[in-house]
Amino acid sequence: MATTEQVLKPVTLKEYKGKVDPDWCPGCGDFGVLAALQKALVDLQIQPYNVVTISGIGCSSNLPGYVETYGMHTLHGRALAVATGVKMANHDLTVVVTGGDGDGFGIGGNHFIHTMRRNVDLLYLAMDNQIYGLTTGQVSPTSRVGMKTKSTPFGSVEGPINPIALALAAGATFVARGFTGDQKHLTDLIKLGLEHKGFSFIDIFSPCVTYNHDNTYPWFKQRVKKLEDDPAYDASNLQQAFEKAQLWGDEIPTGRFFQRTDLPSLDQAEPVLDTGGPLALRELGIPPEITREFVTELM
Amino acid sequence: MKRTFAVAIGGAAGQGVATPGNIFARIFARRGLHVLAYNAYQSIIRGGHTFLTIRTGPDRVNSFGDHIDLMIPLNQDTMDRHLHLLGPGAAVVYNGDSIKPGSAAEGVRLCALPVSQLTANSRNKVEQNTLCVAAGLSMMGVGFQPLEEVLVHQFKKKGDAVVSENVGSARAAYQYATEHFAPFEHALPMTDAPKAVLTGNMALAMGGAAAGVKFYCAYPMSPSTGVLHWMAAHARKAGIMVRQVEDEIGVINMAIGAAQAGCRAMCATSGGGFALMTEGLGMSAMIETPVVVIDVQRAGPSTGVPTKTEQGDLWQMLGAGHGDYPRAIATPTDIVDCFKLIPEMFNLVDKFQCPGIVLGDLLLSEGTATADPGELDFNVPIDRGELITSANGNGANGYKRYLFTESGISPRAIPGVPHHTHTVATDEHMEDGVLISDEFTNPIKRREMMEKRQRKIAGIEASVPPPELVGPRDADVTLIGWGSTKGVIEEAIELLAGEGVTANHLQIRWMVPLHGEAILEQLRGARHTIIIENNYSGQFARYLRSETSFVPDGHIRKYDGEPFMPHHIVESVKEQLAGKTNLSVPMHEIMV
Repeated sequence: MATTEQVLKPVTLKEYKGKVDPDWCPGCGDFGVLAALQKALVDLQIQPYNVVTISGIGCSSNLPGYVETYGMHTLHGRALAVATGVKMANHDLTVVVTGGDGDGFGIGGNHFIHTMRRNVDLLYLAMDNQIYGLTTGQVSPTSRVGMKTKSTPFGSVEGPINPIALALAAGATFVARGFTGDQKHLTDLIKLGLEHKGFSFIDIFSPCVTYNHDNTYPWFKQRVKKLEDDPAYDASNLQQAFEKAQLWGDEIPTGRFFQRTDLPSLDQAEPVLDTGGPLALRELGIPPEITREFVTELM
Repeated sequence: MKRTFAVAIGGAAGQGVATPGNIFARIFARRGLHVLAYNAYQSIIRGGHTFLTIRTGPDRVNSFGDHIDLMIPLNQDTMDRHLHLLGPGAAVVYNGDSIKPGSAAEGVRLCALPVSQLTANSRNKVEQNTLCVAAGLSMMGVGFQPLEEVLVHQFKKKGDAVVSENVGSARAAYQYATEHFAPFEHALPMTDAPKAVLTGNMALAMGGAAAGVKFYCAYPMSPSTGVLHWMAAHARKAGIMVRQVEDEIGVINMAIGAAQAGCRAMCATSGGGFALMTEGLGMSAMIETPVVVIDVQRAGPSTGVPTKTEQGDLWQMLGAGHGDYPRAIATPTDIVDCFKLIPEMFNLVDKFQCPGIVLGDLLLSEGTATADPGELDFNVPIDRGELITSANGNGANGYKRYLFTESGISPRAIPGVPHHTHTVATDEHMEDGVLISDEFTNPIKRREMMEKRQRKIAGIEASVPPPELVGPRDADVTLIGWGSTKGVIEEAIELLAGEGVTANHLQIRWMVPLHGEAILEQLRGARHTIIIENNYSGQFARYLRSETSFVPDGHIRKYDGEPFMPHHIVESVKEQLAGKTNLSVPMHEIMV
C-alpha cells in the first residue's frame, strides 16, 4: 500500500501512458486535457497507483481508460458521487474526476452542486464542448441560445447554465476555467487544482471538432483572456469572481477565478477520519467493549 | 398454547404513545420476558390515530396476536374505535376525567383513573400516560420498583424534577389501582434472563456494524430511516462513516465508490428510493464491486402508504437493473434475523463480487422485539473473498482485474496497491479492463465475459442453504411464506393444531438463489399447499411458478397495509380446506 511501500523511482510520462490509445476524433480537444493531466501528475511526482481517475459516460468520460492509474468508468452523471465514496473510503488517494458538460451539468447536475457544497477533496475536470458528442450531436446544458443541433434543428431557445457562476454559488473552494488550446496554462491550472485541499473545479473548453461548428478552436482563441494577465485580479475575492464569471462575448476569461483555503475539506471535517488512517485499510471488527455497550443500551 | 399478554395503547400522534410503549417493553424485557410490538400509525406528525400493540410472554413472541388483554386509550377516539376488540377478561385503563367509556362486551373491565386527584400536575397532558402504565402494571402483578427504575431511565434527560414528578404520580396511580382494580387472572411471569429490546431497523444497522461496514449512506425514506438513525448515533464509536446524500442515485453510487476503494459499504431505502438505485445496482454487477442494499418494503405503488407494510417489492428486486447479472436477494424472517443476515450477505457478496439485496418490510423494520443479548453477537465470521490489499512483492505488471476463472471470481485489487492499476468500467470490457464496447467490439470476448460473470451464480447457489420444511411431512396443509410472515404463520400453525388441523411450514429466506429443485422436493407429496403473502398479486407465487412450474392449491393474500394476524391465516386455511375458495383475502379488523 501507499502507506507502507514507498516507491521512490521518479515518475515519468511513460508510467501514465494508458493501455490503449484514445479513440477520440482527430483534433478533439480531449486529447489536450489528457496530455495536460498526465503532465501535471508527472510534474507533481504523484504515483499512478495512488491516483483514481473517475468518469461518467460520454466521449470525455473515456479518459480513465487512456491514463494508467486506478480508474472507474462509471454511470452517466454519477462520477462525482462515486468519487466522493472513493475519497471518503481512502482519503490518502488522489481523486480526479473527468467528464463532459452533459454528464456533469445535465444528468449529473444534482451531484455537481452537492459535491461542491461538501468541499470533497478532489479535482473535477469538466471537458466542456457545449454539445452531446457521443450521441452524435444534440444540444447540451452549456449550448448557447440559437445553436442548431440534431435535437434543436431550428436553433435552441433555452439559455445555457454558467458553470463558473454555479460553482461559485455552490461553494466550490477552487474554481477555474481552462482551454485546451493553451496547454501550458491548462497544465498549470490542473497542478493548482491537484494541490488544492478541497473541491477543485476546472471548466475546460475542449472543442468538439465533429459536431460543434459554433464554438471552435479559432472562436475560442479570439476570445479567451487569462485572468492571470490582469495584475489587479484577486482570486480570493468572491464578488470579483462572480463579476468575471458573467463575461461571455468578445472576451471570455480563463484562469483561476476563485480559491479559498480556510475551509476544511470533507475528509478533514469528518471526525471518523481524525485518527486511524483510511477507512478502507482499517480492521473490520469493532472492539468488544464498544459492541457490549451497543447491546447494553438496549436493556 | 404459549401464554402471552398483550397491551394496546392508542392515541393521536404527538400524544405520547411511544413513551408508555417503551416503558412497558423495557419492563417486560428486564423481567426476562420476550416482547413483540407493532405500531399501526399514520404519516402525520401531530394528530390522527396510532395504535401500538405490545405482546409479551416467557417464550419468543411470534406476532402481535389476536387478543388484547389491556387497552390504554389516551383519547376518546381510541376508546370509541377499539373498545369492541376487547373480550372477557380484558381491561381498559383510562383517564376518567376526560374519556367516557362506551359499552363494552361482557366481562370487559372499565378501569377509570381519577387522574386529577392522583397527580399534582394535571395540566401536563402526557402525565396521564404514566398513570395508566402504573395502574396497568399493578393489575399485572408487577411490583412498583421496576417501573420506578424505568421511569428514571426514561426521563433522566429531562431532569430530576420531571423524574420525581413522574415517579410520584405513578406511585399514586399504582396504589390506587391496587386498591380499586382487581388483578388480571394470571400475574405476569418472570424469567432470570433479561432481554435486549430493539427494532428491525436497529437490528439491520447493528448487523452492518457487526459485518464490518465502514461506510453507510442513505437518503431518509420511511420505513428504512431507522437504519440511518442508528448508524448516525453510533458512527463515531463504531468507526463508521455515515453520509446523508442528496438522493438515492447518489447514495448507491457513493456506496459503490467506497466499496471499490475497499470498504464494506451499505445503504438502505424503500421501494421508491430503490427505483432510483437500480442503474447503480447494475454497475455493481458489471464492475464486480460488492455492495449491500437494504430495501424496506412499504405499501406501494409510488408513494403508496409510507407507514404501512407490504411484501410488494419482490419483482422490483428480481428485475432491478437492465441486462442479466448475478445478484443475491435475502429476506430476513424476524427482527433478530435482520441482525444475523447482514454479515452473511456481506460474506456472500464479497466472495462473489456482486450486489446483494436485503428485502425487509415495515413490519420488521419498525417493529420492536426482544433478543437474548447473546444473539446480538458482533463477533461474526468475516470472509472478504479474493481481495488484494497489498502488492506482496508482486512487481510484475499484467494484473488482470477480470481474469477468467472457473468460478467466475477474479481477484480484486483496491486502489493504492502498486503494480495493479486498472480501470473498471460499466462498459463491457476484457480481462484487463479495456473496453470492448467501442473500438474493440468483439462478440467472442463479449460472450466469454458474460459467461464469466454468470458462472458466479452456481457458486452463490452452493454457498447458501436451501429452505427446509418444518413439521410433519404428511400434514393436512403446507403453508409457504417468505420473509417477515414466519412468526405469524408459526403461530397460526399452533392455533390450527388446537383445532385438529395439522400443518407444516416452508419459509423462504433466500429469494436468490431460490433452490427451486430443493423446494420441489420438499413439496413433493404435500396434501394441500397454500402460499401466504402480504401483497395483491401473489408475487412470490408467480416467482416460484416461473422458476419451478409449481402451482399451489391456494393463496392467502393481504394488501390493506396491515400485517397478518394469526386468526386471518387460521380462518383462511379452514375455508380453503373446506373447499370454499382458493384465494382468501382476510379483512383487517383494527382500523387505523
